[in-house]
This record gives sequence, C-alpha cells and structure tokens, in this order.
Amino acid sequence: MLVAQVLINALVLGCLYACIAIGFSLVWGVLNVINLIHGSFIVLGSYLAWGLYQSLKIPPWYALIVAAPLFFILGYLLQRLLLNRVISAPVLVTLTLTFGLDLILNNAMIYFFKADYRKLTLNPPIGSVSLFDVVVPVDRLIATASALALTGLLYLLLRRSRVGRAIVAVRLDRDAAVLMGVDVKSIYAIAFGLGAALAGCAGVLMALIFPISPLSSSTFLGKAFVVCVLGGLGSVSGALAGGLLLALVEGVGSATIGPSHATTLSFALLIVFLILRPQGLLGRKGFE
Amino acid sequence: MNRLNLALLAMIGAMAALPLFGGPYALRLGTIAAMYAILALSWNVVGGFAGYPSFATAAFFGFGAYATGVLLGHGWPLALALITALAASFVLAGLLGAVLLRLRGHYFAIASLSLVEVLRELVNNATDLTGGGMGLNIPLAAGSGVLADATFFFYAMWALLLATALMVIAISMSKLGFGLACIRQNETAADMVGLNSTLYKSIAFGLSACFVSAAGGLYAAWVHYIDPSDVFDILYSVKPIVMALMGGLGSPFGVVCGAFVYLALEEVVWRNYIQIHSGVLGVLIVMLLLLLPHGLISLHWRMFWRRAKHA
Repeated sequence: MLVAQVLINALVLGCLYACIAIGFSLVWGVLNVINLIHGSFIVLGSYLAWGLYQSLKIPPWYALIVAAPLFFILGYLLQRLLLNRVISAPVLVTLTLTFGLDLILNNAMIYFFKADYRKLTLNPPIGSVSLFDVVVPVDRLIATASALALTGLLYLLLRRSRVGRAIVAVRLDRDAAVLMGVDVKSIYAIAFGLGAALAGCAGVLMALIFPISPLSSSTFLGKAFVVCVLGGLGSVSGALAGGLLLALVEGVGSATIGPSHATTLSFALLIVFLILRPQGLLGRKGFE
Repeated sequence: MNRLNLALLAMIGAMAALPLFGGPYALRLGTIAAMYAILALSWNVVGGFAGYPSFATAAFFGFGAYATGVLLGHGWPLALALITALAASFVLAGLLGAVLLRLRGHYFAIASLSLVEVLRELVNNATDLTGGGMGLNIPLAAGSGVLADATFFFYAMWALLLATALMVIAISMSKLGFGLACIRQNETAADMVGLNSTLYKSIAFGLSACFVSAAGGLYAAWVHYIDPSDVFDILYSVKPIVMALMGGLGSPFGVVCGAFVYLALEEVVWRNYIQIHSGVLGVLIVMLLLLLPHGLISLHWRMFWRRAKHA
C-alpha cells in the first residue's frame, strides 16, 4: 500500500510541477531567455490568492480568474519595456537582467510581506478522500485538477488559436515567421505574458498546499529548471512528462534514502540528463 | 605585456600601502575588495576569455571554504590547508569541466548553477563532517590583537589577488589565452584546425576555480564561522559577473576596476538602505545592462574631453 501511496503522491505533485515549469519552458523555448523571475512570480501569485481569501473570502480556484489577466499584463509590459531591449544579446546578458529583476521583485515582497511563512487555511476545511489505504487531501486533488486544466488550456491555445500557431512558428524558425508576416516583437511579449500568467496561476494553486514565503521562490525556480531539462524544452507534453518523472524520483528517493537527499537526487538527475540527453525525454533534436 | 595589464599590476601594488593609512574598517574593506577582485578575475577566465556563462563561482567558493575549514578543524596549519583546497578544487573543476563544458549556452549556465545546489545540499547533509545546517566553527588563531589579525588577513588576501592577477596575465599572453579566444569566437572552427578545445576549456575551468577556492578558504579562516547558505550563496556566482560586466568583459584591468566600483556601491547601499539593499542591487544590474552594456572600460576619457572642448 505504501507503494500505491507514493505513486499517487507523485502523480499529484507531478502535475503541479508541470504547472510550475510550463510557463518557464514556454519563455525559454520561444524567447530563448532563461527567466529567473519565474519563481518570484509564482510566490507573488500565492500572495494574491492569500490576500483575496483573507480580505474577500474568494477561494483560490476563483482567484485563478483574477490572477491570469493580472499576471499576463505584468509579464507583457515587462517584456515590452525592459527585456525587449536586450533580447538579441548573448545568454549572459538576458540571464543577468532577469536575475536583477528577480532581486527587485523578491526584495519588494520581503519588504511588504516580511519573510514569515504564511498559510492559506480554508475554513471550513474540506478534508480528504481515502480509497483503500491511499489517502489524498481534497485540496490537493483540486490543485492537481486545476493544474491539469491549465496545462490542457495552454495546449489548446498553442494548437488551435491563431496566436498560438504564431508562437509555435516563432519558436520553430524566427526568420521564417518574420517572412510570413508574424509580428515577432508582439509574439515575444505575448509569450512572456503567458509565461507570467501561468506562473501566477501556479502560485495560486501552490497556496492551497504549501506555506507561502518569498524565500521559496528559488525552490520553485529550481524545480522549473529540472522539469524543463528532464522533459525537453518548449512542449506541453514534455513539461508534463518531466514533472511526473521529477515527482516520481523525489517520492521514491524520499521513501528509500530519506527526504533530505531528495533535492540532491533531483539535481544529480538534472546533470546526468544535461550530459546524456540534453534534448529531454520528449524533446526533438534541432528544435532548440 | 600591454599597458592595461601594467596598470592592473600598478593598481594592485598601490593597494599594498593601505595598512599604512587606514584603521580596521579600511582593512576590512580592503580585504573584501581583494576577495571580490579575485572572484571577478577568476570568473573572467571562463566567462570573459572563453565566453562560457559560468555560474559555478559560488560552488568553488563554498568548496574551498569548507575544505579549509574542515582541515583547520583537524589542526592543519592555514597555509597547508589553503594549498590543499586550491589543488583539490583545481582537480575537481578540471574533471567537472571536462564533462560540463560540453554543454553550451543556456544548458551550461543551468548545469553550473545546479552545481552550486548539489554541493550545498551535500554539505548540508554531511552533518558529521561539516556540521550541516548548524554551520562550522573554525578555531581562532592563537591570540594576536584585532589590528594584527586584520592586517594579516588583508595581506594574505592581497597576496592571493596578486597571484590571481599574474595567473590571468600569464594566460592572456600564452597559447592557452589565444586558444580560449578562438573558442569564444568560433568553437567549431577552433576544433577543426586541431585545437584540443575540451582540454583548453577544462584547464581554464580549473584555473578559474582554484583561486576562488583559496579565497573561500581565507574567507572561512577570517570570519571563523561558515554555514552552507552563507558560502554557497548564489550571489557569489552573480556578483563577479556583474563586476565583469560593469568593468568590461574580457579585460583584466576593467574587471578589477569593476570589482572595486561594485564594492564601493555595495558598501554605500548597505550602509544607507539595509532593508532594500538587494532590490537596489537589482536596479543597479538592470540599469547597467540597459544603459552601459560594454562596461566602464568603454568610456574613454577622450570622449569627455572632446565634448568639453566643443561645448
């Protein structure tokens, strides 16, 4: 039964990991920028959910509807006004720029919310379901289902909508997309906005489960790295596969060699993957 | 040796006179300035000469700090512990480099970032050896005065800076430096003409790690207490990059100037805005990248002079 519990936990956590990583993967794949603010966006989303629940009693699953457009606008403006100026510069410059922006946002959050851990506690609590010996809290189930729904929504957007096709086109071949009349600058901004919106939504879902603190942003960012590298860049299914694999490795690792080594294990896996299979589980070579 | 390298050596030479003028506070600043300059110069070997965006500085800084700290705890003399840490990190970085430097661009950046995480977690979990999250106390040197202690560590760090500068200048004038420049400009072409690029990159990575590690060791002996979140702080990876970008990528003189300017700014911000110091640092980074992408070295005095003449 322990095995079943570990597997179910991995499934639940894996979908959330995928949700954390998917916006990061989109920005990396389309803009070729490693977006280090991603972790702080997630934490900011958690604070939004917490604030809405504390002040207006809006439960987190409705807070998603508020978070998505707000974060989209934030990301869109950030890309248009700042990041776009250095978008063609080498990796080092874009990476350092997002690091600087992350310092600003993170410091602002520590200043305004303090570094204390806060918890969004649903009142009344919604309990847990158990099937045989496997126990899953309902709030986790809701978060997982929402994460899957968001992932599906992004998949549909990229597949079906005009903007989505343009984003994929820019990702595959920027120059050809320009020749086809795609406005690359606005696609960049939209993709960055989408990445930010997904980060914000992931943060709202995280608030249901984990305590909130500005200090956890680097943990989220680390998870996003690992998931992206494991699953392969820029594809929705890759992020899902990477998230599930990471959660499985962490879960099994914690159960067998102890939870304190789980992080080491996941980063060691990251380095092994980078060396042996840098395109990830589902990635295809050449589509960088 | 060109003029800029001579200027660099002259500047470092002038630094040695600091204890004649300043008290303990100036010595402390001078020690940190020398440490930052070591980190920035070392990063410049991989990041500036070879063009690989390395975020591994903190990994080797922490590695050196812990290696030295643990050895000092076992009663080794400081000099021997430092040399051991230096040699060990050269070998470690050379081996890791042979594997990690096959990756390019973003992938290398992420791999080097995760190296910091892996080492930090390992040190965190090896409680028996390193004290884990409780940190490591390093025995005090036998009782000498505060000022004598400060002067000793200043000169130790200064000597290390001089060694680093000589190493970097030697690289820039040697075949190794030429090879690294080839790798930066076009690695595939460098491979084609028969340059053993893996070997060159590994040596560069090793050289960039060993002085950082020795600086970490001196830092540990200087502050007497280290813990994983302090010495494996990712800011130790980012600060040298900011210094190098500030001074001008690839030029040792520019990089050291960048380190000093950065320290001056950091000190002013720390003193006046302790609550928002990392936010101010962020603003500084953003402005630097947007407004002065080629660093201070791209500002020519002649530029100001000419402008003044026309005005």
